[in-house]
Amino acid sequence: MTAIQARDVSLTFQTADGPVHALKDVSLTIDQGDFVSFIGPSGCGKTTFLRAIAALETPTAGTLEVAGMTPDQARRRRAYGYVFQAPGLYPWRTIAGNISLPLEIMGFGRADRAQRTRRVLDLVDLAGFGGKYPWQLSGGMQQRASIARALAFDADILLMDEPFGALDEIVRDRLNEALLDLWKKTGKTIGFVTHSIPEAVYLSTRIVVMSPRPGRITRVIDSPLPRDRPLEIRDTPEFIALAHQVREGLREGHGYD
Amino acid sequence: MNRLLPILTVLLAIVAIWYGAAVWMNAPWVRDQAARAETVLTTGDLVRQTLTLDRPVLPAPHQVAAGLWDGIAGQKITSKRSLVWHGWITLSATLAGFAIGTAAGILLAVGIVHNRAMDQSVMPWAVASQTVPILAIAPMVIVVFASAGVTGLLPKAIIAAWLSFFPVLVGMVKGLRTPDGMQLDLMRSWSASRAQVFWRLRLPSSLPYLFASLKVAIAAALVGTIVGELPAGATAGLGARLLSGSYYGQTVQIWSALFAAAILAAALVALIGAAERLTLRRMGLAR
Repeated sequence: MTAIQARDVSLTFQTADGPVHALKDVSLTIDQGDFVSFIGPSGCGKTTFLRAIAALETPTAGTLEVAGMTPDQARRRRAYGYVFQAPGLYPWRTIAGNISLPLEIMGFGRADRAQRTRRVLDLVDLAGFGGKYPWQLSGGMQQRASIARALAFDADILLMDEPFGALDEIVRDRLNEALLDLWKKTGKTIGFVTHSIPEAVYLSTRIVVMSPRPGRITRVIDSPLPRDRPLEIRDTPEFIALAHQVREGLREGHGYD
Repeated sequence: MNRLLPILTVLLAIVAIWYGAAVWMNAPWVRDQAARAETVLTTGDLVRQTLTLDRPVLPAPHQVAAGLWDGIAGQKITSKRSLVWHGWITLSATLAGFAIGTAAGILLAVGIVHNRAMDQSVMPWAVASQTVPILAIAPMVIVVFASAGVTGLLPKAIIAAWLSFFPVLVGMVKGLRTPDGMQLDLMRSWSASRAQVFWRLRLPSSLPYLFASLKVAIAAALVGTIVGELPAGATAGLGARLLSGSYYGQTVQIWSALFAAAILAAALVALIGAAERLTLRRMGLAR
């Protein structure tokens, strides 16, 4: 089953300095249950592409289908949850209150909200923290809460825009492991934007390498790694070879600079 | 104690300067009187007399304190000489004007944030309204309302609202716009309606700004009310008390009314400050 399909998607921003081609002729198919990472230097359009999938930006050309619908329809059908780089939790709401915010907006009943909130808190390993306020939690825990918020309404697709970019390496490793675990448990389709080669290689079933000016896909690498991945897998020759491939792909994209 | 000491020192210095100024400013009159009566004044006599005049140019602090005490505690509160009675007249109009002004400021801010046409048209008018001297506007408002048969609280409240809506408007426009792009994108990703974005995100985010504006607004409302009480005809309120004091050269009365107004303003601002601390701490927004 195809979760996301892009055909010749282009997106041009009109700025005072003339048009900026954030995306040019991007074609990509993401299957259901895939974990797809988008990697590339700043300005390569990886975030723009993710936002276009979420209907936060509108492509200027090409077609984009999310769960067989237009991105706009998909959003209204709650097809995806979005996680940003910052947790963006409301300081005046408890963790549970933050997680039930989208549920309130979408009109879920009170009992349903409580039950869903409890379930996703368990899922991100924050059981018992529902009554705490965001400032009482560490940065890593806050980001986990924001992931729980994106999971609360059972979207099939999880879009993550550098969710761990602001965290330190140790926390990041632990969250990467937890995310893989979560992905295995829920079977979601995940689109994941990152700057980090090891993160992309460790997490993904497919790695999409992008390059800037104009933003485009230069390589799509299917990962030969098994779905069960302990952290130690990062020391295996397969992992290192894959990371090397990604690095080459990134260098290719920079060949014209 | 460490914090109290500097405050007390400053207070003491002000009182000392005030006494000095009272002696110095009232001395010509006392000397004049002595010259007419052809008596010779010792320095002690001069000081004593300058500080106990009935209608001094500048009353001494203890005279003002006595006048204030007499006005607050020495009269029945229904008496026309009671500062409590006059203070209540002023306070009620201030609160009414503050409520009107705050409501108007918030509503205009909501309009500005949500409507492009209002965004581009309202602010210049709001700024213009504040550049008109309130002293020029106040008598006109009073006269227009009086000709329609409306006197008393409402015209004064309108003038108070005129001054107090502006800080609320400016603060709330800023406050309602504090949520950043990410917060708004999150809301969009949940297909939230504008009303939902307003009630759940914009309004709570704006509260710190609202409280800061309210403090300015309530002080401005008090000033507006007192100015509204100055035009001839007003017989009640701290403004009227100021005016009648100046008619009859009752400087102690003027200063007492002035201090009563200052105390009232300080109390109102402190009250809003307390509400602010309480609310923001409960919301986790306290800094």
